[in-house]
Parts: sequence; C-alpha cells; structure tokens
Amino acid sequence: MTQVKQEEEILDVLKTVDDPELTNVSVYDLGMVHSILISEKDVYVTMVPTFAGCPALDFIERDVKLAVETLPWVERCEVTFSFEQQWTTDDITEQGKIQLKKLGISPPPENYTIGTEWTVACPYCESNYTSMENVFGPTACRSILYCLDCRNPFEAMKPVLKDTSELIS
Amino acid sequence: MNKSMETAEVAKQNRAYAEALAELLYQFADDDFIISFRGSEWLGLAPFIEEDVAFSSITQNTMGHATMFFQLLEELGEGDADALAHARKVDERRSSVYLEKMNGDGHYIEEPDYDWALAVVRNFLYETMKRVKLQAAMKSTYQPLANMATKIIMEQTYHLAHWKLWMEQLLGATDEAKEKLLSRLDEAWEEFGDALSLGPKASDIAKFGILIEEETFKQYWLEEVKKTLPAKYATIPKKSLGNGREGMHGEDLQQAINIFTEVYQIDEQAVW
Repeated sequence: MTQVKQEEEILDVLKTVDDPELTNVSVYDLGMVHSILISEKDVYVTMVPTFAGCPALDFIERDVKLAVETLPWVERCEVTFSFEQQWTTDDITEQGKIQLKKLGISPPPENYTIGTEWTVACPYCESNYTSMENVFGPTACRSILYCLDCRNPFEAMKPVLKDTSELIS
Repeated sequence: MNKSMETAEVAKQNRAYAEALAELLYQFADDDFIISFRGSEWLGLAPFIEEDVAFSSITQNTMGHATMFFQLLEELGEGDADALAHARKVDERRSSVYLEKMNGDGHYIEEPDYDWALAVVRNFLYETMKRVKLQAAMKSTYQPLANMATKIIMEQTYHLAHWKLWMEQLLGATDEAKEKLLSRLDEAWEEFGDALSLGPKASDIAKFGILIEEETFKQYWLEEVKKTLPAKYATIPKKSLGNGREGMHGEDLQQAINIFTEVYQIDEQAVW
C-alpha cells in the first residue's frame, strides 16, 4: 500500500471519530487533525485542541488512538496535542458546519473580526432575528441563543480567532 | 537580543534560565489554579442562573489553563503535573495572596455568605493582569510558553470581557452596588500588589526575555484597568497581605489546600 493510500485510510477513520460532546461531528471536521506521520506500522497523529481548557481532550486522544489502531496494517498509534499551531473556528470544514446545525448548534460566523458584533442565524429556520442569551454555554466552546422568529432556544459555536490586538508593543 | 529556546530540553541546559522560567510558570499555574478553586465554590450560588453557567464555564476553562501550565512545568522536570497541583505545601506555592482570600463568610456547604462585589473586583483585576501577562508571554523567548499564551489568550478574551461588563454595569448601577464595589476596590488597592509582582527572579525573567520588566508590566496593567475604574485608582496597589510570589501565604490558602486535596490525600492515583 502506498503512503498516500495509507494516509487516506487514516483520514477516513478520523472522519468517524466524534467529539465526545458533539455527537456526529468528527474531530476531522472540527479541524482538529494537524498532521499524520507514518513510520512503517506506527502512526503518529498530531492534533490541535479546540479549547486549551477542554476536559474532553483525554477522551479524544483515546478515541483517535483506538480508531486508528483498528486498521489492519497499523500496530501502534500515538496521539499528541500540539500548541505550535492554534485552532480557530475557521478550521471547521463545510461538512462540520452541516453536522453542527443538525445538533441545533449554529456554526461560528465567517470572516469575523474580534471585538466586532456578530449575527448568528438560527440553525432551525435560518432567521437572523436572534438574541444572545449567554455568551457562555454548556461547554467552553458554545454560547446560548434564542430565535425570536421560530421561538427556539439554540446554541452557537463561539468565534475563536487569533488575537492580533497589540496591548504590548 | 535573546536567543529563542525551542524546547524544554534546550532550556534545561541553561540552569539560570530554567530556574527563572520555572518561577514564572509557577505563578501562571498557581494563580489560575487558586482563582479557579475560589470560582468553583460559587457554583450554584451566583446571582442568577445564566451567571452560574457563565462563571462555572470560565472557571472550568481557567482550571484547564492551570493544567496546561503545570504540564509545561512537568516538561521542565519539575515533577508530575498532578503532584505539582496537589502535593505542594503552602510555602511552595507562588499564587498571589489576594487571589487566595475566601469568598466571604461562611462555608460552601453551610450558609455560604459570599460577597459578589469581591468576586467581580477580584476577577476583573485578575483577568486584566492575566491578559497583560499572556500578551507579554506571546513574545517570550521560551517558545512552548509563547505558543501556549497565544492559544490561551484567544479564550481568555471572553473571560475578561465578562468581568469588565460586570464592573461597568455595577459601577453605573444603584448607590448600594457602587458602594459595595468601591469598598472592595479600596481593599484591593491595599492587597492586590503581589499579583503584579514577578517574584524573586523578576530580573532574570526580564533579562532572558522570558517576560518583560516588572515595572513595565505593572504600568501596562494600570493603563488597562484605568479605562474602566474611577480616576482615584491610578496607583499601583500595595501588598498588605504579603507576597505570595515569595511563598508568603495566609491561612486562607491552607483552608483551600485542605479542601481541594481531600480526594488526593485518600488516593493519589485516583482518576478524575
């Protein structure tokens, strides 16, 4: 099997590993997979955490390891989290955004600049007539909102982006 | 221009550098850890349910940040991260004394008579300090710290915004609210000082480019809080409770340690 084919197989497996707190949204679609290194029968997966303080990281590490090791040619898979690159909500794939909506969670706004206001469309009726009830939600990465059109409460992913403001020059 | 240290292995080869670095990392880790502990005592007691969700979310995330800093210390050879958090004695802790103060009278389980004004003032002053410190750390010569600071600050933006909003709203609210806040601010100006100290290795920390000069750091903090607070708070706060950066602590820290190590004392291998 060629290296390219092996990588494809691993990526396919990673698309089946869900975030423990977001059913049916894979760690791949959340943009958490940074790199894959294959050395014969050993696989090294480097991931970027969504939130540094996320308590689900240990579970994700375990789930990814076990899933990759189900491939017949893989003997051992090692998973590490890296802080060399920072995850941003822009890393979520189009498929990831679709899956989030199915859970009643609006994906983060696109082309958002830190500090500016953002509108969140209702994941059920697409209306922009919504109100932010609480920036903080059931997990660190989510906020709680309310749709004033279809009267549904819903959640949204907080925009998390690189901070380019210069307090200290 | 200081040379960048890419890994813990490289940093460890320069003893003076590694010692100064560890000192700073203990400050980051211990501060986040103790303020999260005091935050966790508020669970279920915040003024209204949305605030309970917000405060506990911030607290959980901050505890996660403490874990990350303890892991950086583990990489430096300081020992196991869990043991660093739980097994260190009072005088080995580097957290600010002001952050250790109990939330108010009473006990979490029996009649917690906590003071919301203290929670607002303390968290606002702390998150502003943490932001300045993280911004400086983003340019640290210690690359793993710079990476982590870059990550954490993206999340911490929401924490600071939350407490800043509380501060602004209460300062502009009823006379009673304003009085309570000002009285806690007066107290903080006597006690918050050690949070702004970079400890006994401050000059090495600056010399090696691990962080900036302590004086500069204090001034950046003051410039930031001045934007929100009344004009009278234009000086650097004193350290009337002592300096936690030098291992000086009060009884409140011992009380906290006794509670948060209860399970650890029974079973050091317990999985959380």
